[in-house]
Amino acid sequence: MFDTLFKGAATAAALALVTALPARAVDLQFYFPVAVGGGAANTIESLTDAYMKDHPDVKIDPIYAGSYQDTITKVITAARGGNPPQIAVALSVDMFTLLDDDLILPFDDYVKTDADKAWLDGFYPAFMENSQVDGKTWGIPFQRSTPVLYWNKAAFKAAGLDPNTPPATWQDMAAMGRKLTKTDANGNVTQWGVRIPTSGFPYWLFQGLVAENGGKLANAEGTETYFDSPEVIEALHYLVDLSSKDKVMEPGIVDWGATPKAFFEGHTAMMWTTTGNLTNVRKNAPFDFGVAMLPKHKMRGAPTGGGNFYLFKGSSPEQLSAAVDFIKWITAPEQSAQWTMATGYVAPRPATWDTPTMKEYAQEFPPVLVARDQLQYATAELSTHENQRVTQILNDALAAAITGQKTPEDALKDAQQKADAVLSAYR
Amino acid sequence: MRKREWIYGWLLILPALTLIFLFTHFPAVLTLLHSVFSTPRGRKAAHFVGPANYERMIHDPVFWKVLTNNLWYALGTIPVAIALALLMAVLVNRPFPGRALSRMAFFTPTILPLIAVANIWLFFYTPGFGLIDQILGLFGQGQTNLLGDPATALPALMVVAVWKEAGFFMIFYLAALQAIPPQLAEAARIEGAGRWTIFRRITFPLLMPTTLFVSINAVINSFRLVDHIFILTNGGPDNASSLLLFYIYETSFRYWDTAYGATLTVVLLALLCLLAIGQFFFFERKVHYK
Repeated sequence: MFDTLFKGAATAAALALVTALPARAVDLQFYFPVAVGGGAANTIESLTDAYMKDHPDVKIDPIYAGSYQDTITKVITAARGGNPPQIAVALSVDMFTLLDDDLILPFDDYVKTDADKAWLDGFYPAFMENSQVDGKTWGIPFQRSTPVLYWNKAAFKAAGLDPNTPPATWQDMAAMGRKLTKTDANGNVTQWGVRIPTSGFPYWLFQGLVAENGGKLANAEGTETYFDSPEVIEALHYLVDLSSKDKVMEPGIVDWGATPKAFFEGHTAMMWTTTGNLTNVRKNAPFDFGVAMLPKHKMRGAPTGGGNFYLFKGSSPEQLSAAVDFIKWITAPEQSAQWTMATGYVAPRPATWDTPTMKEYAQEFPPVLVARDQLQYATAELSTHENQRVTQILNDALAAAITGQKTPEDALKDAQQKADAVLSAYR
Repeated sequence: MRKREWIYGWLLILPALTLIFLFTHFPAVLTLLHSVFSTPRGRKAAHFVGPANYERMIHDPVFWKVLTNNLWYALGTIPVAIALALLMAVLVNRPFPGRALSRMAFFTPTILPLIAVANIWLFFYTPGFGLIDQILGLFGQGQTNLLGDPATALPALMVVAVWKEAGFFMIFYLAALQAIPPQLAEAARIEGAGRWTIFRRITFPLLMPTTLFVSINAVINSFRLVDHIFILTNGGPDNASSLLLFYIYETSFRYWDTAYGATLTVVLLALLCLLAIGQFFFFERKVHYK
């Protein structure tokens, strides 16, 4: 008796539950990383909520997955376990990693109409370099960045420099750095001239120096590296000399995470870091600051960085087309402008910069334009097959040279040999 | 009748055995198996490669580097943590005002997760405005960069490990000290033995079973606890502060070279087995069980 009663009640409850919910045909899982300070995660959630409001048949589950490193680890683990997300934001340079594991789908199958093609062609070419290979598009630029130079105008003034002129060349930066480096009565440095962080992933900012020196770290196919080419060796000499000869930068490995704080506290007068930190610096710097393009040497240059959207295998066609629709929506000018203002990431499409919201923002806060204007000089980021391993080989070599264990020549020659050993299987 | 008892016995240990086989022995055997196959990548399935992964390991300078690091790390942390634990236990064993507070203070690092501990120490070590540099600055010293220098990165991690572990080992010593009958010390005192003699000839020998237990735990922990590396140095600069287990994580979950990761894991397993067996034999003669 109780049995039937119970079953009846359960069925009724289940029915009520089903009818209470709007018809939701498609469920999407969306993994995303947060790599900068501020409320980036909240912005992602409010954007997905706004999308679901307009599209009641789609349910998106945004999952904050930690750092870029954590996110790619979680995504690959989930995919290998047969439970891949439909959408994930991961480093653009992990494209080959995901391709080698056969986990992602090209966006080309979903770009059919002319409007779709216009959308795909509407991204900055610098950002597409790490997103396309073999004539197919595997990643859609989203939280993309490029490093810029921030300088403390008050410190420039105190050192007798023009507070409105940042260093334009490598020589300028070293010379200004010498004026900005201050020591106390005991001969201890209280303010360094410049800070180029070298912990964790020194290769990223180092690529800026390589590009400015007219060099290249790898080919577009991701099968060859040029770590021991003269341009790369010379760039490393400049970086090492900033600490050892010019004495304008803290010696040893300089921490990435503490860099904005060191800038706020006046421990360094200039810093190189991602434009993704722009909103953070704007909120927290207790002095007037400026933002400039990286100084040039033989030419201007900078790497791009940050995350792309990827589309994963193992989902139904309905899920995939809903996923692509969501990606189109979130990279559309209005949404993209919101994202850029909340974080400082470079809006990846010229169209975003033409929206009234963005124009107004740029007028009120012009430094936001520096990163965009630098894009024309930007090059692809180091990305190869087995990218994580090859990048780590370069990171280790840079660390060995920066800490004085090896000369730049020896360190980079060793690194090239190791990279060749890994990449020979892909040639 | 005898047969039934036999079945009964096996049934009793069956749940424990199942768990051990499922979560300890089976993965260990599987790891051994993976280490003689290649890493599957995309559509390329794994194939048998025999000892190739082991040959690669012997020629891998990073492997030797992390292994040497790990030996220095073990040698540097284990004796210091144990000595400090014993000292703290003896200190807080006798009654004095504020005893409960001191015990709690010594034990606090143990309660904190290693990640939290690492974040606290990151604040201590930060060059320029970290606690250490602020204190040194009061004495007119320049700034340090302990984590960014290959010579000091590993010792800096060792200090964190000792700070975290000593309090945990102290608890075992404290329990053991309280289990020693006070008559023994009294008798020795009547015979005219000094405090140091009492400690050396009575207390310390009676603590040997605890020392054995604690040292085995310390050895295992020196290979097992690597959480702080993720926060403090990420193994850098140039692998100067990388340990074997951290390298295994990097190989398996950053480079996704799972076969090579399995090969390194086999070495770690073999090393831990050898150390545990060695310790039991070595201490066998010196441990007095009551």
